Amino acid sequence: MLSEGDFNALIITLKLAAVSTIILLLLGTPLAWWLARTRWRYKFLIEAMVALPLVLPPTVLGFYLLITLGPHGAVGGLMNWLGAKPLAFTFSGLVIGSVVYSLPFVVQPLQGAFAAIGTRSLEVASTLRASPLDRFFTVEIPLARSGFLTAAVLGFAHTVGEFGVVLMIGGNIPGQTQVLSIAIYDHVEVLEYSQAHWLSGGLLIVSFLMLMVVYALNRRFLVTQP
Amino acid sequence: MSIQARFRVDRQDFALDVDLIIPNKGVTVVFGPSGCGKTTLLRSISGLERCPDGFLKVGDSVWQDDKHFIAPHKRPLGYVFQEASLFAHLNVKANLEYGMKRVPVSAQKVSLERAIELLGIGALLERRADQLSGGERQRVSIARALAVSPELLLMDEPLSSLNLERKQEIMLYLQSLHNELDIPIIYVSHSLGEVARLADHMVLLDNGKVRATGDVTELFSRLDLPIAQSDKAAAFIQATIVEHDEEFGLTYLDFAGGRLSVIRQDMQIGATVRLRIVARDVSLTLERQTGTSILNAFPVVVEEIISEGVSQLMIRLMANGVPILCRTSLKSATLLDLKPGKRVFAQVKTVALLS
Repeated sequence: MLSEGDFNALIITLKLAAVSTIILLLLGTPLAWWLARTRWRYKFLIEAMVALPLVLPPTVLGFYLLITLGPHGAVGGLMNWLGAKPLAFTFSGLVIGSVVYSLPFVVQPLQGAFAAIGTRSLEVASTLRASPLDRFFTVEIPLARSGFLTAAVLGFAHTVGEFGVVLMIGGNIPGQTQVLSIAIYDHVEVLEYSQAHWLSGGLLIVSFLMLMVVYALNRRFLVTQP
Repeated sequence: MSIQARFRVDRQDFALDVDLIIPNKGVTVVFGPSGCGKTTLLRSISGLERCPDGFLKVGDSVWQDDKHFIAPHKRPLGYVFQEASLFAHLNVKANLEYGMKRVPVSAQKVSLERAIELLGIGALLERRADQLSGGERQRVSIARALAVSPELLLMDEPLSSLNLERKQEIMLYLQSLHNELDIPIIYVSHSLGEVARLADHMVLLDNGKVRATGDVTELFSRLDLPIAQSDKAAAFIQATIVEHDEEFGLTYLDFAGGRLSVIRQDMQIGATVRLRIVARDVSLTLERQTGTSILNAFPVVVEEIISEGVSQLMIRLMANGVPILCRTSLKSATLLDLKPGKRVFAQVKTVALLS
């Protein structure tokens, strides 16, 4: 069924998706909140930047990340100078690539959820003695829960499904940076269709199940809102 | 003790410019047509709207001046919004506790039980917000505001989103609040009916400016203000229940100007009530009439007369210091030779009990 290489690719894929999702939620929540609440007139610039990965070919994104993170790039060069290893072709590099690539899938649902809360609930909370931080945790996050669920699942699923970015920046090193989508590609290239079937079918079913859970839960959340 | 408020808001389509002193007790109704700045005034008092160069002092504490601005969540106030705005992710009980939990125990004067009992919501505690009717939701939000033991309760047209039946129901709860809790209330409204039932004190707002402020009985009878010129112009008087007449099914009430009777009321002797006497229902006679079916008559002095159109007059009368309004024809006034200072008798066809 699964060879050792495939099994490693599966583990790396899940680890990458999990780590990226956690980082995406930590970064995406304040960013989405800020985008939903700010009255800054140029916020569309940030929104456009966040949305870029939706339209760019992943290879373009991966190419620029490779350049930036590589030993001669801005970030890679700095790390080199600091005595750290460059990030290209490492798991950390993959995480950075995934975070950038999946950012809109996390930020957009969160921003929508925060915007939908409106200001009235927050005003009510402040007349009930809640400080801004208190309001954020006790009113905004609970009311945005369906947005969080959507963001987490989309971020996770999108990371599992990425190909171009990880290929460019990770370099397909088995056991280190080889993920499922690339393993499937390798199998197909050497005509190992049965292995490709196992992996592809598994990915298809898991992805469908995840999305099904999101939509089912979101319906329940919508019903509980007056 | 008083509340001192000075706010100026200047926007393209709207300006508010008020400098007010109102008593820090009882119910003060801010009254005026929609768009006159009532809500902006209330929001400025709460701090939800930040008005530069504003000044606000409640009792002894300054909430806003040139240097200080106390954030809304640090002000000891309660706020009831036009729509109930309950938290959708919490049930009724958790909604009620949200504010209360954030108030130090030493400052908790209104217990949760008391707030629940006053608003009659004991049976709703486990429900979610979307399982409540509009009236129930508004009662919960009033109880939620009370449960923070506010030193000042702000209410922004809390009845306006409700139908007539629900309005009446909540009005009863509001009246009992007024009678049983010693919390000053600033209540925004554009309904004269609500003013008549609830207000002790009144601020008349017109186009962002204070037109008049004062005791509600006084303002309702001021002939230079639009209230006395409306079709429903009426005087409001405080009276005490003194006797029930079982034989004729009447209840007698005393006010400073004399004795009145109304249909038998199921109320305790000694209770204070508010009465409404509509200007149209008041007629004047030179002597006390004997052969008349009208029971309510008392001596008054003509204080002020203004003409309303060609044939109508509005007369402000004083019944031993209590203002009464009378709408009559120019012809009757001429026949009776009415002028300020003249002593006559007022006959009242109907007296309505408001509380």
